[in-house]
Amino acid sequence: MITVQADDLVRILPQAILAGFAILVMVFEPFLPAARKTLLGWFSLFGVVAAGAATIRTSFSPGLAFGNSISADRFSLFFICLFLLVAALTLLGSFHSLERENINHGEFYALLLMATVGMCFMAASTELIMIFLGLEISSLATYVLAGFKRQDALSNEASLKYFLLGSFATAFFLYGIAVVYGLTGTTNLLVLSAQLGRSGEFRPGAVFAWVALLLMFVGLAFKVSTVPFHVWTPDVYQGAPAPVTAFLSVGPKAAAFAVLLRIFLGAFASAGSGVFWVFWASAILTMCLGNLAALLQSNVKRLLAYSAIAHAGYVLVGIAAGRGEGTAPVLFYLTVYALMNVGAFLLVAHLAGTGERWTRIEDFTGLGYQRPAVAACLAAFMLSLAGFPTTAGFFAKFYIFRAAVHSGLIGLTIVAVLTSVVSVYYYFRLIVVMYMREGKAEAASASLPWALRVALAISVVGIFYLGLYPTDFLLLTNLAAVPLP
Amino acid sequence: MMLPQIAFFFLSAVTLISAVMVITRRNAVHSIIWLIVTLFSVGGIFLTLHAEFLFAVQVILYVGGIMVLFLFVVMLVNLDVALKQAQFNRQWQVALVTALVLMAELGYGIYRGHQGFTLAQVTATPMSGGNTQAVGLALYQDYMLAVEIASVLLLVAMVGAVIMAKRKIE
Repeated sequence: MITVQADDLVRILPQAILAGFAILVMVFEPFLPAARKTLLGWFSLFGVVAAGAATIRTSFSPGLAFGNSISADRFSLFFICLFLLVAALTLLGSFHSLERENINHGEFYALLLMATVGMCFMAASTELIMIFLGLEISSLATYVLAGFKRQDALSNEASLKYFLLGSFATAFFLYGIAVVYGLTGTTNLLVLSAQLGRSGEFRPGAVFAWVALLLMFVGLAFKVSTVPFHVWTPDVYQGAPAPVTAFLSVGPKAAAFAVLLRIFLGAFASAGSGVFWVFWASAILTMCLGNLAALLQSNVKRLLAYSAIAHAGYVLVGIAAGRGEGTAPVLFYLTVYALMNVGAFLLVAHLAGTGERWTRIEDFTGLGYQRPAVAACLAAFMLSLAGFPTTAGFFAKFYIFRAAVHSGLIGLTIVAVLTSVVSVYYYFRLIVVMYMREGKAEAASASLPWALRVALAISVVGIFYLGLYPTDFLLLTNLAAVPLP
Repeated sequence: MMLPQIAFFFLSAVTLISAVMVITRRNAVHSIIWLIVTLFSVGGIFLTLHAEFLFAVQVILYVGGIMVLFLFVVMLVNLDVALKQAQFNRQWQVALVTALVLMAELGYGIYRGHQGFTLAQVTATPMSGGNTQAVGLALYQDYMLAVEIASVLLLVAMVGAVIMAKRKIE
């Protein structure tokens, strides 16, 4: 039997505060007139900041909580901070866009906070059942958010597709947990890790150990959209309201990677080397298909969707590089990826105008002359996504590739470098269209609302700061990577 | 033969036969009634294993809750049209082969690896208070936080369902 101490509660303080604010948003929602719903957004943002402050408090009393099912270690706190950053940027970018699309309802903010709660629990849990519950909370909230433009056929399609394929994938994950429980009699990662650490291997019936690990991998691979579990990604990213796409492309993905790290490089590290080839193969497939398919896109949202698939491939390279070497670069990559992808999606969403009409690449023709500052921002995001020096994207890729080379994965590194060279073509297509073609950009309509400006400023400054002075942050990721599982 | 074994084979036979009936009946309402029979007999198997709690959950959740859901779907489907439609779609051969391959894989896996599973022994004398009490204690003591988080999950599901189903949000 476990008893709840005050420390237990402190160790889930960020999640509890976020959930509390989500419920308060729903309580206040009926009392506000339709025109004032943005207040709820600011209130949610305040909740995110409060949760950030709570994270600092939690970091002073690290440790396990609730019968070893929650671990408030540096790894989980790092991810919670990342999720809070993503939620804050998404909130800042969503106010104006929601008003424009006439979908500014309080439920949006409540669901966004709840999705963040789910993701935080995914990163902080050392118990497979809790991880599953976190996965389901964040998934259910994002299914609804993807279909939030209810009058829009594309948004409905996105929501339905995401829901059907997503529930299929979580079933895989749950099946994997069931097999793990059947084999070991526990679902706690710490107990599992101790059991495996002694014998180094499962008891007789190792066939089922691979089955369990593969099932869990499939369930999570769907969330991070690796090939061949990526088919939903372009349609969902295209159909979902743009702030939701920004959130989807980063938040749930990073959470699923956190779980992958905890399971495969943490608890199952001794037994998991046998499934190394799964990461190897899916990294190669994901990088190749993601980058090659992105070459053919004419819609910017779909282009960014395929680019998001390709980036998942680079993170998989980091995981394939293995324990010790790979974890810190993966954390670095996920942070950089969050900054540049949220920024790019929010900016594209704003430029797309009412009803997201202008999302073809040609719509950006000549943007560089009409809106120099906006075009410069977008160009910075593209350069960083392509991995150019002086932007953070360069170091993110560099650290991953270095870890892969140190682990002796020369072939994988060569494929990764070649595919990122290919990716330069489609990122530059947008830059070329913006700066080197004459024309009147359809997309250059309204001026940037200042909340969006703040979000973009944070992303751009973050990209260049990490691109020029990466060492401090790399030390931080090294610290966060240590206490696995 | 022992009585438990007779009960097991009887219930298994009922489960399998009614499961086949579920997918071969043309009338959706008949299928659903056979599905209830299937779920009930699976519940019966739980009961022979002294898993009273699982039996109760099976009856309340599956037979009760989920069947109501299914019946709603049936009521929304036009039965007269459904009767005239083809029973199986064109890919049924592919699906059959896939199902057989999966069955062979699982059979092989269980044959090779069954000793890896740590199955609890069926005790002849159930523990005091029954396993319902044991499940309750585990849920509300060891897994207390998980139960709390599950309530958050239900809240999200409820809000989501209202948003998606409501005709107009004020």
